[in-house]
Amino acid sequence: MLGTENQTNYIGKAVERIEDAALLSGQGRFIDDLPTAPGTGHAAILRSPHAHADISAIDTSRAEALAGVHAVVTGKDAELWSEPFLVGVRQPMQHWCIATERVRYVGEPVAIVVAESRYIAEDALALIEVEYQTLPAVVEVMAAMAADAPILHSDVGSNLVNERQFNYGNPETAFADATHVVRASVRYPRNSCTPMECFGLVAEYLAAEQSYDVLANFQGPYALHPVMARALKVPGSRLRLRTPADSGGSFGVKQAIFPYIVAMALAARKARRPVKWVEDRLEHLVAANSATGRISNISAAVAADGVIEALELEQIEDCGAYLRAPEPASLYRMHGILTGAYNIPHLAVTNRIVLTNRTPSGLNRGFGGPQVYFALERLMQRIAIELNLDPLDVIRRNLVPAASMPYRAAAGAVLDSGDYQACVSRALKDGGLAELEARRDAARAAGRHYGIGFAAAVEPSISNMGYITTVMTPEERRRAGPKDGAVSTASIAVDPLGAVIVTADSIPQGQGHRTVAAQVAAEALGLRPEQITVNLEHDTQKDGWSIAAGNYSSRFAGAVAGTVHIAATRLAKRLAEIAAPQLNATPEDIVFSGGRLFARDNPDNSLSFGRVAGAGHWSPSSLPENMVPGMRETASWSPDQLVAPGEDDRINGSAAYGFIFDFCGVEIDADTGQVRIDKYVTMHDAGRRLNPALVDGQIRGAFAHAVGAALYEELAYGEDGSFLAGTFADYLVPTACEIPEPLILHHDSNTEATPLGAKGMAEGNCMSTPVCLANAVADALSLDEIALPMTPSHVTEHLHGAERPPSTDRSEAPAQTLPGKGRGLTGSGASLVPAPPGQVWQMLLDPDTLAAIIPGCESMERLGENAYRAVAVIRIGPIRGRFKAVIQLSDLDAPHALTLSGSATGPLGSGAGSGRVTLLADEKGTRISYEYSAEIGGKVAAVGGRMIDGAARILIAEFFKRFAAVAGGTAGETVSLWQRVARLLGLAR
Amino acid sequence: MPRLKAGEKSRISFKLNGRKVSGDAEPRLLLADFLRHEIGATGTHVGCEHGVCGACTVRLDGVAIRSCLTLAVQANGRRVDTVEGLAEEDGTLSRLQAAFRRNHALQCGFCTPGILMSLEDFLARGGEPDEGEIREMLSGHLCRCTGYSGMVRAVLEIVEEMHEEQNA
Ligand code: FES
Ligand code: FES
Repeated sequence: MLGTENQTNYIGKAVERIEDAALLSGQGRFIDDLPTAPGTGHAAILRSPHAHADISAIDTSRAEALAGVHAVVTGKDAELWSEPFLVGVRQPMQHWCIATERVRYVGEPVAIVVAESRYIAEDALALIEVEYQTLPAVVEVMAAMAADAPILHSDVGSNLVNERQFNYGNPETAFADATHVVRASVRYPRNSCTPMECFGLVAEYLAAEQSYDVLANFQGPYALHPVMARALKVPGSRLRLRTPADSGGSFGVKQAIFPYIVAMALAARKARRPVKWVEDRLEHLVAANSATGRISNISAAVAADGVIEALELEQIEDCGAYLRAPEPASLYRMHGILTGAYNIPHLAVTNRIVLTNRTPSGLNRGFGGPQVYFALERLMQRIAIELNLDPLDVIRRNLVPAASMPYRAAAGAVLDSGDYQACVSRALKDGGLAELEARRDAARAAGRHYGIGFAAAVEPSISNMGYITTVMTPEERRRAGPKDGAVSTASIAVDPLGAVIVTADSIPQGQGHRTVAAQVAAEALGLRPEQITVNLEHDTQKDGWSIAAGNYSSRFAGAVAGTVHIAATRLAKRLAEIAAPQLNATPEDIVFSGGRLFARDNPDNSLSFGRVAGAGHWSPSSLPENMVPGMRETASWSPDQLVAPGEDDRINGSAAYGFIFDFCGVEIDADTGQVRIDKYVTMHDAGRRLNPALVDGQIRGAFAHAVGAALYEELAYGEDGSFLAGTFADYLVPTACEIPEPLILHHDSNTEATPLGAKGMAEGNCMSTPVCLANAVADALSLDEIALPMTPSHVTEHLHGAERPPSTDRSEAPAQTLPGKGRGLTGSGASLVPAPPGQVWQMLLDPDTLAAIIPGCESMERLGENAYRAVAVIRIGPIRGRFKAVIQLSDLDAPHALTLSGSATGPLGSGAGSGRVTLLADEKGTRISYEYSAEIGGKVAAVGGRMIDGAARILIAEFFKRFAAVAGGTAGETVSLWQRVARLLGLAR
Repeated sequence: MPRLKAGEKSRISFKLNGRKVSGDAEPRLLLADFLRHEIGATGTHVGCEHGVCGACTVRLDGVAIRSCLTLAVQANGRRVDTVEGLAEEDGTLSRLQAAFRRNHALQCGFCTPGILMSLEDFLARGGEPDEGEIREMLSGHLCRCTGYSGMVRAVLEIVEEMHEEQNA
C-alpha cells in the first residue's frame, strides 16, 4: 500500500493538536465570535412558565411598540410559513418550532422578539402578554400511562405513543426451564452533558431566492437537515446550513438546536434581516435537551453456575413532551446489542415510548447506552448476590468468547473483534484488583463503608441509519422503504503551489478532529501534519455530506478519519502515476517522504510533492492518459455490514464494537453519605488508536460526565412539571475536586470494520461508569436497589432512613419540593392595627386598599364579587417582572376571618397560593394574623430556589405589613425589605 | 463619582492587555459583553452568566474576577487583562499556555480562557501549591470536556519548573 510505504508515520502518535494555539490565545472562532452583517437583529425567546397549558391569547403589541424592536414572532407565523416537524412514529402529534395552541413543557418557546440588541429584546419579552389556561401536568412515565392521566397530544389519545415487542431465540422456554430467575428494576434519571458553550446561530432569509441561510453550532446528524427543510417548506438546497470552525463542546446535546434553526429562520424572514440568537444557560438547562429517563425491568434465566440462558427486558422510555427527531433513537440505538458483552442466546424485549410534560429528549453522550447498561450490569451484580457467586465469575462465564468473533448477538449486532476475557484478566492484574480488595478489607475491618463495583460493556460506534426503523413493524418498514448504512464523505485537494487541504463531514466540537485528519493525510502523502490544512467548517451547499454526517455515535475515528484515509490514498495513487514515468519507476514503487516522491530503490532522484501535484493545475495535458485533471479526491464510504433490520427484527446497529471493562473502589462517609471514588480502573479495546493522547482525553471526558451522572446531576422537576435546576448552582456539574484520575488501560484489537481499524471510544465510560459506581455503592452498603444520582441525600437515606421533617416551631418552615407540587412555601405572621375589626374588615374588602397594599401594583380591575385582576411589577434583587394576578376573597366570616387566594403569572414564572386571615379584637385595635401556603413554578422556581423562596416570603410578609400600615398600624417588625433581602443573601445580618 | 442613568450610555476606557481601549456602555452592560461585543475581544467566553462556570474570568487590576458579574462601567480607568494578552506579540505561547497544549488540558477550549486567567493570578501569588490546592483553585471553573486531568498536570509541571528555577 502506498500510504504505508512512506517513512514518516503519524497515525498512532500522540501528535500535539493543531487546534490549540488559537484556542489558547483567545482566537477561537465560536459562533458568538463571528462577525455579523450590519443591521443584524438579536433574538430573545419568551418561554412557557407552565408545564401544560392552552394558550388562549398572546398580545405582542406593547413589545412591538418598544423602541429598537424589529419583530415579534409567534406560533401564528410558524403556521403561516412552516410545518410541524416529521415524527419518527406514526402518530397524530404535532411539534412546531414555536408553540401554537398549547405548551407542553416549562421552557417551550412561545414567542421570539427580534431587536437591535439582546438587552432590548429581553426588555420586550416582559411586555408580551400571554394568557394561559393551565392543564394538569404529568411528569412520571408510570403516571403518564395511567388511564386517568392528562393527555399531552389529544389526537393520539394516549401518552404511550409506541409499543413494540420482540422475541429473539426462544426466551419463553428458557425462562420456563430456568434454574433461577433473577430480576432487577432500575430507573435512569434525566440528565444532560451541558456543553460549556450553549446553542448559537445566525439565520437569514434570502427573499429573492426564497431560501434560508443559517450558520449554527449544530453537530448533526444531518438526517435532521431534511427534517428542517421540510418544516421550512423548502427543498434541501434552499436551506443552506453552515457550521463555524469552533464549537464549545456538544456531546450530542447540540443536535437539539435544530428546532431553533427553523424558528430563527422564520424570525429572520419576518424581521427582514439576519437574526442572531445565543442561548443563555437558563434556557439551556430548562429546555435544550436531555437524556431520556428510563425505567427498566430486567430479568435473567440463569443456571446454577451463573451462566445466563435468556434475558427479558422491559423498557419504558420518557421522551418528554414531543417525540423530537431523531427520537425514539435513544431507545433503539442499543437494540441490536441489548445483551451487552455476553453470550446470551435468547432475548425478549418490550419497548414503550411515553410522553411526559418534560423537555423533549435527544442525543446525549452515551445515547441509550447508560440506560441499557445500568439495567444489565446491575442485574449481573444481583445474579452474583442471589446465587452466592463471585461477581467477576458471573461476568467471565458469560462474556462472548474471543473464538466466536465475529459474533452475532441475539438481537442482531455483529461484534467485529475483541478478546474480552483477555481484557478482563489484564485489567484485574494491571489495575491492581488484589490491592484494592486489601484496601476494602482494611476499611471494612475499621468499620467503614467500602465497596467494589464492576462493569463490562460493549461500546457501539458509527450508527446504522436504519436502526431507528426497528421501531416500526416489518410491514411498516416494507412500506417505508429500506434505511441503512452510514455514509461518510471527505475531500482532499492540492492547490497550485502544492499545499494540501482536507475537508470532511465530521463537525467537531472540540475533540481534535483536525489534528487526526492531518495525521492521516500527512502519512499518506509523506508530509508533516502541520503542512496539512484541515477545514471542518461545513456548508451543506458546498461540502459533501449525507444523512449520517455529523459528530455523534463516536463515528469520527472509524468512519471520517477512515474516509480521509481513502481519499488521501487515492490522491497518492494518482500522484504516483504522474511521478512514475519521470522517475523511471512503476507507480507501485513510488515512495512519499519528507515532501518528496522517489522510487523505492533510488531515493536520490526525487521530485518535490508540490511539483508533481502542480501538474494537475498547470499542465493537465501532461497528465497520464485517462487521468482526470485537477487535484481533488472526494471519497465516500459506508460500512457494508450496516444493512436494514430484517424481517426477524434483527438489527446490526453499529459498524464497530469496542469493549470496556471497569472496576472501582468507593468509600462512603457514614455521616454525610458522600461517595468518594478511591480508585477507578477502565480498560478499553478501541481498536487502533489514531492519536493515543486524544483517545485518553476522550476517555477522561466521558468518565467525568459519567461521574456527574452517577453522583450529582439531575434535571429535576416538581410533580407539577415545574423545572427545578435552572442554574449551575442547582444542576451540579462536577469540578476538579470531584473527578479523580482514572487509571486507563488499553488492549487494542485488530478490526476490519473500518478503513483504519479504529473503533469509536468517546462514549463508553458514560455507559460503563455510572453502573460501575452504583455497583460499588450497592456493595458498600449491601443494597438491593440504588437510584441515580447517588447524591449524599439519597445515600444517607439508605444509611439512616429518610430525613425527618424539621421541627415545626418555626413560623416560616423551610421551602420544600412538596410531592405533587412545585416549590412549596408556607408561613405565618401577625401584625397589630390600631382600628377595630369592623373597620379593618371594610378595608380588606375595598379594592382600593387591596391595590395599595399589593407590592408594585400598577392596576386593579374588578372581575366580580370579591374577585379582582391586578397587574404588579415585582422586583426581587436584580430580577424584575410584571405579573398578572387574579385575586379572590372567599370563606368570608365577617368581621373575623377570610381566605385570600390568588395566582400570578409573568415572564419570571407563576405562583399560586392562599392565605387565611384572622382578625382578633385587641385592646389596642385589631390583631391580624395570617397563615399561607404557596407554590412557585416557571423561571423563578428554576433559578436558585434558595434565594427565591426567601424573597417570595418577604413579598407575602410585605403584603400583610403594608395592609397593617394602610390601616394605620405598625408591623411587628421594623426591618426594611431591603435589609431582609440582604440578610437572605448573606450580605447583612 | 459620576451618577449614571439607566438607558444612557457613558464613555468607558481602560487598559486592555496594556493598550488603551474605549467604548460606550449603558450602566447595565456587563463587562463580558462590553469586551466581546464593543471592543471585539472575543477570547473571553460566557458560559453561564451567573458566576458559576468561570469561563468569563478576566483580571481586573491583576485580580481574577468574573466579567459576567461585573459591569463595564466598573472597569472604567482600570487595567483589564484577558487571554488575548498571554502569548508574546509574535504568537509564542506563554509557559502556561504551552503546558496546557503539551498536557492536552483543553478540548473545545471554551472554558480555557477563564481558567488561564485564574491560573495567572493564582500562580502570581507564589508559594508552591500541591495537587489538592490546585484542584481546589480549579474548582472555581467548570470544564465539560477534559475531566480536568490535563490542567492539573500542566499546573503541577509549571509549579515544579518554578521551584527548580528558584533553587537554581
Ligand atoms: S459566564 Fe461568568 S461565571 Fe459563567
Ligand atoms: S475544554 Fe471544553 S469545556 Fe473545557
